[in-house]
Amino acid sequence: MNSRGLFVVFAFAALLAYPLVGGQFGVDLVNKIMIYAIFALSLELLVGGTGLVCFGQAAFFGIGAYATVLLSPTSEAGSLCILLLASALMAGLYALVVGSLSLRTKGVYFIMVTLAFAQMAYYVVHDTPLGGGTDGIYLNVKPAMGELIDLENPLVMYQFTLAMLVLSFAFLAVLLQSRFGRALAGIRVNEQRMRATGFATYPYKLAAFTVSGTLAGLAGFLFAVKDGFVNPEMMSWHLSGAVLIMIILGGLGHLRGALIGAFAFALLQELFKSEAIFGSLAKHWHLGLGLTIIASVALLPRGLVGVPGQIRERLMGRSSRRAETSEVGHER
Amino acid sequence: MSGDQVLLRAQHITRRWGGLVAVNDVSIELTRGDVHAVIGTNGAGKSTLINILSGEIPPSSGTVELLGQDATTWSQPKRARAGLGRSYQRNTIYPSFTVLENCRLAAQATWQHPWRWWESANRCARSNEAARQAALSAGLSDFLEHTAGLLSHGQKRQLEIAMCLATAPQVLLLDEPLAGMGAEETERMLELLAQLRRDHAVLLVEHDMDAVFRIADRITVMVNGTVIASDHPQAIRDNAEVQSAYLGGH
Repeated sequence: MNSRGLFVVFAFAALLAYPLVGGQFGVDLVNKIMIYAIFALSLELLVGGTGLVCFGQAAFFGIGAYATVLLSPTSEAGSLCILLLASALMAGLYALVVGSLSLRTKGVYFIMVTLAFAQMAYYVVHDTPLGGGTDGIYLNVKPAMGELIDLENPLVMYQFTLAMLVLSFAFLAVLLQSRFGRALAGIRVNEQRMRATGFATYPYKLAAFTVSGTLAGLAGFLFAVKDGFVNPEMMSWHLSGAVLIMIILGGLGHLRGALIGAFAFALLQELFKSEAIFGSLAKHWHLGLGLTIIASVALLPRGLVGVPGQIRERLMGRSSRRAETSEVGHER
Repeated sequence: MSGDQVLLRAQHITRRWGGLVAVNDVSIELTRGDVHAVIGTNGAGKSTLINILSGEIPPSSGTVELLGQDATTWSQPKRARAGLGRSYQRNTIYPSFTVLENCRLAAQATWQHPWRWWESANRCARSNEAARQAALSAGLSDFLEHTAGLLSHGQKRQLEIAMCLATAPQVLLLDEPLAGMGAEETERMLELLAQLRRDHAVLLVEHDMDAVFRIADRITVMVNGTVIASDHPQAIRDNAEVQSAYLGGH
C-alpha cells in the first residue's frame, strides 16, 4: 500500500476511534463533517473526475434529505434500507433529468444551468406546502433496521455515517480506476480527443452526473436523519458554493482531497465562529473564513493534498540552489 | 488501384461558414496502401476537410462513405469505432498519463464496457495488448512507463499516432504529424508512415514539401477551399497552376 492509501486507512481508523475521546459536541460535529465529506466526494466525481463544474449540487443533497422526511412514517420508524435507497434514488433521478438537459451545454453555461435547476428545486420546497416552506419539516422518528441499527443513538448514527463514508470512498476509488473512470479522466483532459477516439462522451458524463447526484442524495439522507430536520437552506446556492470550496480547498482530482477539504472547511468555520477566540468579531465569521480560503487557494494551488509535494519541491529547490551557489563558489 | 480498395470516399464536400466557403465541392478517395497528401496554404481548408471526414463537423453538402457504408450522418465516435483514426495538428495526448495509459485509453474505445465499473482498467488484457502493440508500431515500446507530458516533441507526435493505432483503424487522417519536428524526428516519422501505409489508407495534411513528395502516392492541392489539382507527385510538381499558387520553386 502506498503512502496515500495509508493516509486514508489511518484517517478512517482515527475517525472510528474518535468517539472514545471526543465529547458529545465533538462526535456530533465530526458526524456532520463526515456527511459533508460524502457530499464533497459526490462533487469531486464531477469536478475533479470528469471536469464538470456543477453549481447546483445542493439540490441533490436537499432532495435526498426532503425525500427522507417526506417518505418516513410519522409515528413509527421507517425501514432504514428502503428510505436510504429511496432518498438516494430520488436524488439520482433528479440528477438524471438535470444532467440530460444541462450536459448539452458547456463551460459557464453548464454552471449556470445547474444553478438554475438547483434554484428551481429550492423554490419548490421554499414556496409550496410540500416542503413546509421556510420553516422546513421535522422527522418525527428516525429510520431503523430492526434492533440492529438504531439511529436515535448518536454513537450508532456516527458509526453508520462513517460506514457510509468508507463505502462511498471505496466505491469511487474503484470506479475511477475502472474503464468508466479512465474514460471520465480522458473527458476531463480532452473531450474532443475522446470523441475522435471513439467515445460517445455524453452518456459517460450523464452517468457520472447521475451517480454524483445519487451520492449527494445519500449525504442528504444522512443529514436529515442526524438532525431530524430539513429546511430549504439545504438546497440553497450557498451550500452548492460551500461544497465546491471544500473540494478546491482539499485539492481537485483527489478523493482524499474531498475528505480533507470537508474537514478543513468545517473546522475553519467552527474556528471563526468561536466567540472564545474572536470575541465579538465571531459574528463576522464569513469574513475570516473567506480571507483564509482566498489565501489558501492563492498559496496552495494544488490544495491541501498538495502541501507535502509543495514542501518537498521547495526543499529540493533550496538544496539545488545551494548546490549551484557552492559550485559558483568553487569556480571563484 | 482497384475500386474495392477504397476505404473512404468523400464526394462533392462543401462547408460554408455564413458567407465563407471553407471547403468547396471537394471529392477525395483514400485507398488502402496509399498515402494521399493534401497540401495548401494556411486557410486553404485542409483541416476543415479533415474535420468533415472525421465527423467533427458536418458538411453543408456532399457525402462521406466509409468502408462501403454511407457515413455522412454518423457521429465522430461512430466513425472512429468503424475504423477511422485521426491525429490533430496540436498534441492531444493526456500529459499526466504514461505512454501505456494513453494508448490503453485509446484502445479501450473498441472495448468500452463502462458498466463493469468494478474491473480495473489497468488489468484489461485486451486493452493492454492493443496498447503495447500500438506503442511498438509507433516506436515507443521503450517508453511505456514514461509520463507522456515529459516526452520530446517528436515522441509526443509518435504517441498521437500510437493512440490512433490503438483503436485498430483502417483509415488514418493525420493533420500535420511532422509539425515542429527536427530532421532526425522527421526521418523517424516518415519511416513510421511508410510502415503504416501497408495496412492503412492514409490522408496526410502536411506543410513539409520534401516529406510530402517523398512519401505521398497522390497529392491533392487546395487553394481557398477548392481543389486545383489532384494527381501523382510528379504530375503535381509539373503542374503550372500549382507552381504559381503554392509550390514556388519546389
